[in-house]
Amino acid sequence: MKRTNRFITVLIFIFLYIPMAVLVVASFNTGKNITHFDGFTFQQYVRLFKDDDLLELLRNSLVVSVLASLIATTFGTVAAIGINGLNPRLRKAAMSLTNIPMTNPDIVTGVSLSLLFVFVGSRLLGQRNSLTFWTLLIAHVTFNLPYVILNVMPKLKQMDESLTDAALDLGCTHLQAFFKVTIHEIMPGIISGAIMAFTMSLDDFVISYFVTGLDFVTLPVEIYTYTKKPIQPKIYAMFTLLFLLIFVLMVISNVIQLMGDKKRQSARGK
Amino acid sequence: MKKNNAVLLSTPYLIWMVLFTLIPLGVVGYYALTDPSTGEFSLVNLRQLGMYLPVLWTSILYSLASAVVCLILGYPVAYFIAHCSQTAQRFLYMLVMLPMCMSFLLRTLAWVGLLNDQGIINNLIVALFDQLRALGGWMTNRLGWNALGGWLASIPEDFGRLTLIRTPGAVVLGMVYNYLPYMILPLYTTILKIDHRLIEAAEDLGCNAVQTFRRVILPLSVPGILSGMTMVFVPAVSTFYISQKMGSSSTVLIGDVIERQFKQGNNPNLGAALSIVLMILVFVCTGIMNRFGGDEEGSVVV
Repeated sequence: MKRTNRFITVLIFIFLYIPMAVLVVASFNTGKNITHFDGFTFQQYVRLFKDDDLLELLRNSLVVSVLASLIATTFGTVAAIGINGLNPRLRKAAMSLTNIPMTNPDIVTGVSLSLLFVFVGSRLLGQRNSLTFWTLLIAHVTFNLPYVILNVMPKLKQMDESLTDAALDLGCTHLQAFFKVTIHEIMPGIISGAIMAFTMSLDDFVISYFVTGLDFVTLPVEIYTYTKKPIQPKIYAMFTLLFLLIFVLMVISNVIQLMGDKKRQSARGK
Repeated sequence: MKKNNAVLLSTPYLIWMVLFTLIPLGVVGYYALTDPSTGEFSLVNLRQLGMYLPVLWTSILYSLASAVVCLILGYPVAYFIAHCSQTAQRFLYMLVMLPMCMSFLLRTLAWVGLLNDQGIINNLIVALFDQLRALGGWMTNRLGWNALGGWLASIPEDFGRLTLIRTPGAVVLGMVYNYLPYMILPLYTTILKIDHRLIEAAEDLGCNAVQTFRRVILPLSVPGILSGMTMVFVPAVSTFYISQKMGSSSTVLIGDVIERQFKQGNNPNLGAALSIVLMILVFVCTGIMNRFGGDEEGSVVV
């Protein structure tokens, strides 16, 4: 039984990683065709860093995802603390509101936000171009918020409330108690929420596709239009670099969590 | 914490969410109920919906098929990961999550490269048969095995080239590939929570491995199964990229139709009406799943 499961697991991991391996191999290809490996080269990486248009797209993506995840993390953490203190009925309502973007298909979220922006922008404010960087940022913050809340909430529930009480008894103000006690207790949740928000934002295509205007385009949206014409191999080089970046980010977040677990275990051991 | 503080801290968030999730849905409803050209109230978009029932049906069928395949493939993986050592679990969990963070557009394109008529898989098959033909020639000339060698050498050129892309199977494969992690992760958390003593008890009471699995492990994994099915079904039923890249004109899905209304057809009103249909479908499905699942514990955030 165990052996069969291991065999299937190995096969599934191969299945999951083969397309990515194809892309990584293609990034070292001298030829343009993904299906033919003509020869080994680093040329695609050199071309990538010389291509200002592509770098600008990457920069746009990073700007949106960093800003959106930072805003969502701060805003979401504060909101999670607030929601946690609400009475059960209000808390339930707040959580159902949080779950709407999670259950709604991305395409519906994208369509609804784009219709809202167009409606408000052109009908109410009379702008000609109502989809801008700011609308994109609002959309990203909106779909990032639930990830932060759902990561921070469990940590708040796990936290011993008497810790905050102790801090308050010892003369801390609410704000001090938050920065000296609470934030350390819920940090793992904040970090994993932030990382999740960042990666979701960086890779988001569907929602961005609907709310993005012509003057600010992110990488995934541009890749979608690329796929209608033959794709440039530089994109594969970029994929490989992003793969490495995300891999490193994930390892770091894992190590942080692992260290947190160890600390907690040794604390319990005392 | 004082109650006032809680309200103070959560109100901006609640306002934000009402502004950017609830009100947009209202706007979608407004567009769905207005005429595209005059902008006045009309049911013309809703009347057109009947035309798209077959497309909706195809979408449901494909995404249900994908969810079932994901369950069959994902269960053993989740079970295996849940029974590894702590560190191995973390590492494998990360490996399952990693693909979800990478551009799904490019990963889907890689599949197109793999499955194309001139793609990597077909090239490998053709190359394999080329080798066999050469082997056949060698056998005839050097070893004098005329029968076998001649048979191998007579393999026609291009033998074994398969039509993989632009088939319903390719669309399901694309969905399974993209959404399999959404199945594995909730299953893993559910299986991890199963009390090991229950399994031991079943074994003590004379169950064999199959019986233990069927009567104890499987029923206890139901919450994970349901939340995994939902998490695969929802994105699969609304996708438009996978069907555009891996499918043909006969595998148009509801997401394709919506995308076209907004980006090509310029009938956002009809698109809005279709989005509402899709949303209702998804809410009904998740509602059914939650009813059977019964508790929130099974639903997992990824």
